[in-house]
Amino acid sequence: MNRRTVHAWLLVLPAVALLALFTHYPMVATIWDSFHATPRAGHPGAWVGLENYQVMAGDEVFWRSLRNNMIYALATVPVSIALALAMALWVASAMRGRTWLRVAFFTPTILPMIAVANIWLFFFTPQYGLLDKAMSLVGSGERNWLGSPQTALACVCVVAIWKEAGFFMIFYLAALQSISPTLAEAAAIEGASRGYYLRRVVLPLLMPTTLFVAVNALINAFRLVDHIVVMTHGGPDNATSLLLFHIYQVGFSFWDTGYAAALTVVLLLVLGAAAIGQFVFLDRKVHYR
Amino acid sequence: MSPARSILDKRPPTIEAVAAWLLGILWILPLAYAVWTAFHAPEYSTRFVPSAPLSLDNFRRAWEAAPFARYFLNSFMLVSGVLAGQLVLCTLAAYAFATHEFRGRDALFALVLVQLMIMPDVLLVENYATLARLGILDSITAIGLPYVASAFGIFLLRQAFKSVPRELDEAARVEGAGPLTVLWRVYVPLARPVYLAYGLVSVSYHWNNFLWPLVVTNSVTSRPVTVGLQVFSSGDQGVDWSVITAATLMTSGPLLVAFLLFQRQFVQSFMRAGIR
Repeated sequence: MNRRTVHAWLLVLPAVALLALFTHYPMVATIWDSFHATPRAGHPGAWVGLENYQVMAGDEVFWRSLRNNMIYALATVPVSIALALAMALWVASAMRGRTWLRVAFFTPTILPMIAVANIWLFFFTPQYGLLDKAMSLVGSGERNWLGSPQTALACVCVVAIWKEAGFFMIFYLAALQSISPTLAEAAAIEGASRGYYLRRVVLPLLMPTTLFVAVNALINAFRLVDHIVVMTHGGPDNATSLLLFHIYQVGFSFWDTGYAAALTVVLLLVLGAAAIGQFVFLDRKVHYR
Repeated sequence: MSPARSILDKRPPTIEAVAAWLLGILWILPLAYAVWTAFHAPEYSTRFVPSAPLSLDNFRRAWEAAPFARYFLNSFMLVSGVLAGQLVLCTLAAYAFATHEFRGRDALFALVLVQLMIMPDVLLVENYATLARLGILDSITAIGLPYVASAFGIFLLRQAFKSVPRELDEAARVEGAGPLTVLWRVYVPLARPVYLAYGLVSVSYHWNNFLWPLVVTNSVTSRPVTVGLQVFSSGDQGVDWSVITAATLMTSGPLLVAFLLFQRQFVQSFMRAGIR
């Protein structure tokens, strides 16, 4: 090893050591622990093979959480992306009041998710909440929006979309800036309409951004459960339990860390699949960049 | 207006402008509602009479009901400590990845990028066990430590350092500057906008972070404001909504005010951090 190599390793060492301790080691440890029983009273957990996974297969709350998380992702990701795109096109246009709109769209992004959840919790409160007040104006009866399994997950989705759409708008704004104005001029000379230009020129050029945002939105859908803790605690009847929330409960309410490790392996597989998806898709679309 | 002009001056048709405004109002409504509730006495919390007297009483009651001063101090120490650590560690690592040729570099960099997908948030069970073994649970260090080595920061700074012209680096070396001097005098000053962008993203992320601090802290001396807010608002002493809303706005206050004052810089910084 020459001197320069030693230098380089010394420079990266602090960061790499901490990454190894808090990202790579826990990933490996999660897999290892998922084959072991939960340690009790200082005794390390015994090897149990696939037992934790057999428990998982019969755990209704796990299947419910996984299904909820899929529905949650399928509802929030496309809607936030579509809204983010519309927001970006409006904010980037020469529209009157676009600065004001940018502030309105982006502000929820700055707030802590827990603050957002508190605000919306009041919004959804039966009788006193603004939503019920508004509904009573049109003659609809009282509803416990977060308390009934039919509406609770939808309410949680609305909150996530409100919080995230403005964040994804930023990525589209950045991408729109990089589109060469000569394309618009060329389209104008050809007599193309605005709709045609957006559909045939802008949207295809934004494709890599859309994929990037989609993957990040998907990761967030599996990573962020703060609002669940505040608004519903997974209820009613597990109707809003998401995968990470279930892990949190198993790990820190029931202290069953062996089983929590097995559940985390499932979450890692989901995130890994998202990573591979991004790699494959972005690689194929790389000529757009 | 001809279609050609409408592409070039980029003014959307009226119906779209109406839709944009409706969406904007819809987006600001929950927040406006929270502000109304927080600044008025509880009897006005859902009665929107313009003549209702403004009051700071809800904020006063929230501030007195829980040790928010301490929570703010904790959050402040957490955010500044994490940022300071991140800036040093990410700068050094990014410098090596951007400018040094060394064996194992690409494999190591790929390992670093794993953290972009698998953030410490999802590994909370194992990280909790690690911190328990280190004996530092329930401390501000415990909240921040897993985030100090940030793949995102290393990635952003590496991109920035790579765009620094090679000639500047060589000129400094000819004048006898060592590697760290070159980093400090040439690379860091040129990457200043990236540092600003990364700093804003990092500060807002850690000020707002909730689940991990909730798991590792259980005392007043280490809880950040987000966890403090949750402890306060889920308490069973029956605090009323106006006070909870005031506390909610208070905890988001510093970032919100900073954003409204410097919103253009905020948006530009987030855009810069978003282009990878």
